[in-house]
Amino acid sequence: MIALLDLFSIAAISAGTFFFLAGTVGLLRFPDSLTRLHALTKADNLGLGLVALGLIPHADSALSALKLIVIWVLVLLSGGSTSQLIGRALRRGRK
Amino acid sequence: MSLLPILDVVLAGLVIGVAIFTITARELFASVVGYVAYGLLLAFVWIRLYAPDVALTEAAVGSGVTGVLLITAGKRLGALKNAAPEAQPGFAFKLLTGVLAALVASALGAVILMLPDPPPSLAPEAAAAADGAGAGLGNPITAVLMSYRSLDTMLEKIVLILAVVGVWSVGTDKAWGSAPAPLRQQEPYAPMVFLAQMLAPVGALIAIHIFWTGANAPGGAFQGGALLAAMWMVTMMARLTDPPRIDTQWLRVALVAGPAVFLISGLAGEVVAGAFFAYPPSLAKPIILFIEAFMVLSIAAALPMLVAGPPSERPD
Amino acid sequence: MTPSVLAGLTGAALVGFGLYGLILHPHPLRKLLAFNLMGSGVFLIFGIVARRGASAGFSFDPVPQAMVITGIVVAFAASAIAVALILRLSAESGHVTLDPEVWTGSNGGDTM
Repeated sequence: MIALLDLFSIAAISAGTFFFLAGTVGLLRFPDSLTRLHALTKADNLGLGLVALGLIPHADSALSALKLIVIWVLVLLSGGSTSQLIGRALRRGRK
Repeated sequence: MSLLPILDVVLAGLVIGVAIFTITARELFASVVGYVAYGLLLAFVWIRLYAPDVALTEAAVGSGVTGVLLITAGKRLGALKNAAPEAQPGFAFKLLTGVLAALVASALGAVILMLPDPPPSLAPEAAAAADGAGAGLGNPITAVLMSYRSLDTMLEKIVLILAVVGVWSVGTDKAWGSAPAPLRQQEPYAPMVFLAQMLAPVGALIAIHIFWTGANAPGGAFQGGALLAAMWMVTMMARLTDPPRIDTQWLRVALVAGPAVFLISGLAGEVVAGAFFAYPPSLAKPIILFIEAFMVLSIAAALPMLVAGPPSERPD
Repeated sequence: MTPSVLAGLTGAALVGFGLYGLILHPHPLRKLLAFNLMGSGVFLIFGIVARRGASAGFSFDPVPQAMVITGIVVAFAASAIAVALILRLSAESGHVTLDPEVWTGSNGGDTM
């Protein structure tokens, strides 16, 4: 039973790390700022979400697990808003 | 575990790499972004050094608020017209500076390698102070800040007020009393307003939680106050509210409240418990939390005022 | 090499980089950035002293860590004053530089 939870954590965290890797490769290799923004959102949403999911079985209490989810939701919120802001700045000034 | 030293080496390499990028970037904006990333990586290093309170402060104040300050400064500087052509120093000068920097760095490195081997430590005295005066405080850093070294912390709050006065006095004479320039010049933009409306209440709650739980777990007044300050700055950046006029009563009371309560508690300690800044042992924890609450208020008022800058003359 | 020594050497290297940037960059804000880099390197050295002072049941020495927390906030306050001064100086002299020859060369000696 315990080993099954460990296996689940390993699988989820590995999947999350893969998305982080994909996002980083996209950040480095994509030609345009807008496409790089698209790659970064994958790392933010899916990568962090899977890592948080993998850490939930190892949390101390239900409250700690809830805090992990709240962290993910906050990152989603700020990531989404800043992507909009960066997109608008790019569309206006091509910085 | 043989994995942790690899993590340490990778972290050290990343920190130095991002620091080199910050120094050698072409544009100011890239350099500031590099500095913010560097601050976050440094927070990881602090965690590896068993210093979660310092990691929180570094991430919040050292990299977050300083980043906002520098980006705002860069934007205001870029709005000025003639920027002088930057005279790049010659190669010989660069070489000499590099040699000097390498000498300083290696002298420091030699000192670190030659640190005394049974390491000296103030931990026993701090533990005694935490048990005695800060009775019931589970976080030794809060005990040190508020009871063992309370004079240092109070003086540091006064330094913050002096910094605010210094920033305000840089404004022109005609502008004294008016409000600093808004943090964003344009009209409110919907995603930013959405972020401010969603994030500010949650952030304020988290800030108060971090302050309250700092008595027993990593956290404390500085981290909570910095987070509260950030929430106010987010609402100012969304143009939901503007920087207040610097002669408003509530702003000045909020700024002074923290150090004033701290000083009064210290003087009262002289009367009640026999020494300057001594707390009566049974009431130590409530008094410390009371002082810290006002410190949070002062920090949350001071940091955004430092970022907003001196009062500016409005065209109206 | 323990993590503390590695972090300490990183701090020493950061002080070196910060000093290099502080002396070389002509732009005042870049100088301020390099100065902050130096400051955080010094704080890191404080941190390893704190880590090495583990005794009396703690895994760290809380006094240097409390000093670093105070130091980070004071460094930010100093940066804020420096930024205000740089902005006012640039607005008055019309040039973004700390070189006095550029100011007097353009204004002919009368500034504020």
